Amino acid sequence: MDKVITCINCPVGCRMTVTLSDAGAFVSVTGNTCPRGAKYAEQECTRPLRVVTAVLPVPGSETPLSVKTSAPVPKELIPEIMRVLGKTSVSLPVAVGDVVVPNVLQTGADIVATRELSSR
Amino acid sequence: MTDQHVDLLIIGAGPAGLAAAIAAREAGIESILVLEREKEPGGILRQCIHNGFGLHRFSEELTGPEYAKRDVDRVRELDIPVRCGTTVLSVSPDRVVTCVSPEFGFSRLSAGAVVLAMGCRERPRGALCTPGSRPAGIYSAGTAQRFVNLEGYMPGRRVVILGSGDIGLIMARRMTLQGAKVLACVEIMPYSSGLNRNIVQCLQDYGIPLYLSHTVTDIHGRERLTGVTVSRVDENRKPVPGAEICFDCDTLLLSCGLIPENELSQGAGVELSPLTSGPVVSETLETSVPGIFACGNVLHVHDLVDHVSAESFRAGRAAAAFVRASSPPAPVFTVKDGPGVRGTVPQKISARPSEDVSLMFRPADVYRNAAAVVECGGQEVLRKKAMIYTPGEMAVLTLKKEVFESLPDKVITVRMEGEKQHG
Repeated sequence: MDKVITCINCPVGCRMTVTLSDAGAFVSVTGNTCPRGAKYAEQECTRPLRVVTAVLPVPGSETPLSVKTSAPVPKELIPEIMRVLGKTSVSLPVAVGDVVVPNVLQTGADIVATRELSSR
Repeated sequence: MTDQHVDLLIIGAGPAGLAAAIAAREAGIESILVLEREKEPGGILRQCIHNGFGLHRFSEELTGPEYAKRDVDRVRELDIPVRCGTTVLSVSPDRVVTCVSPEFGFSRLSAGAVVLAMGCRERPRGALCTPGSRPAGIYSAGTAQRFVNLEGYMPGRRVVILGSGDIGLIMARRMTLQGAKVLACVEIMPYSSGLNRNIVQCLQDYGIPLYLSHTVTDIHGRERLTGVTVSRVDENRKPVPGAEICFDCDTLLLSCGLIPENELSQGAGVELSPLTSGPVVSETLETSVPGIFACGNVLHVHDLVDHVSAESFRAGRAAAAFVRASSPPAPVFTVKDGPGVRGTVPQKISARPSEDVSLMFRPADVYRNAAAVVECGGQEVLRKKAMIYTPGEMAVLTLKKEVFESLPDKVITVRMEGEKQHG
């Protein structure tokens, strides 16, 4: 099975054709101009990863809390992570780097705060 | 009569103003004041909660607030005062600045040097000449970003985005993740000016269609937006009759370009470039008015905050030198845009620059297997090859300061070579 994807590493944006086995395993890639493209193609077609960022309301603060996953997480988990965040409550004060949800959905990544919110 | 004198006054506490303040203090200037309109420092980074900032400067990918925090922390460490909630009303050519704030009321401040770091604004609906009614629900993408990320409001539920610049793409993903349905991203040009990474991770990941060579040709609704008409355009960007698509939506976001915010600069008599819409500057980032410097998005719109910081450190150092010596070297060389080049900054260079000089510009088109070439008096000074140059990415050419000792002419030209994509 062939899949066509655009490389995101640089503005050249190579159109790459990735060949996958029937089981979905990576076989080969063509169309890339550098090794970074090949590495991205394999990752993106077998286990695409994303850093997820979002905001949460915090009781007592006019400004919501911005958060991120501390490492890239599997792309297909993004909707589930947003549902987890919807049920997460945070209390003031918050410092940058504070863990809001440890090991979210057993990905090994934490949800951490990316801004501070002080209690006044 | 002024209320206070400071050696260096910086207008704006975004990444540009903060970097200028840090560099000036590190260069030994004690008396510095930063004025900021918002209630806290950090500028536009505060609302850019996505990651991807700082790869060049810190070799890691930070979110906007995290990047801002590094500079804010350093400014606090250096004990540089930042007066927030302060709106600057005017800057005079002799560097008297008037401002208002709830805390200090109306003040007049005189300054040994001024750094303009006010950033840029989004092109508004009025400037796009889009026909149709004027209902609620039409926002610039950055305004929507502020509502969602800083104020905790959702601007709407069913969204169309006009323009495929990076802010529009980022907002397509943000609105989707926060529960809205983004129906389409519409781009009048045959290509997107956004990064490939954003096209993939903000549109394709969420199945949001990108309509290239399309634009919004009608806006419907009386009180609240009820829909938009989108038409295909021909190669002259004129709508093709009979090729309309109607979208039922309650929100239209505009991501149609950024313009440096130079009302204050104009009031100070600073000469502006029609190409960048920012001040004409020398390599020290000094404007046409002595002692007034400019850096960051008020000077020219950047794509990377890392470049803003680097430029603003230079402006801070140069402003510090001005405060101490008050006699900047007169510009000798003029930098001109050659074929395929738009808006090179700086436009002027002195005879003996004290640092290496970075020429920054945008190619006018996409060039493949290309080179950016710097010439002077028929002689090639620098050639930088790349597989691709695109208008969406600022090109940077660094000239060693020694180069200026032996240039054959006073005019330096930057031009593009290579295969043009769109002719």
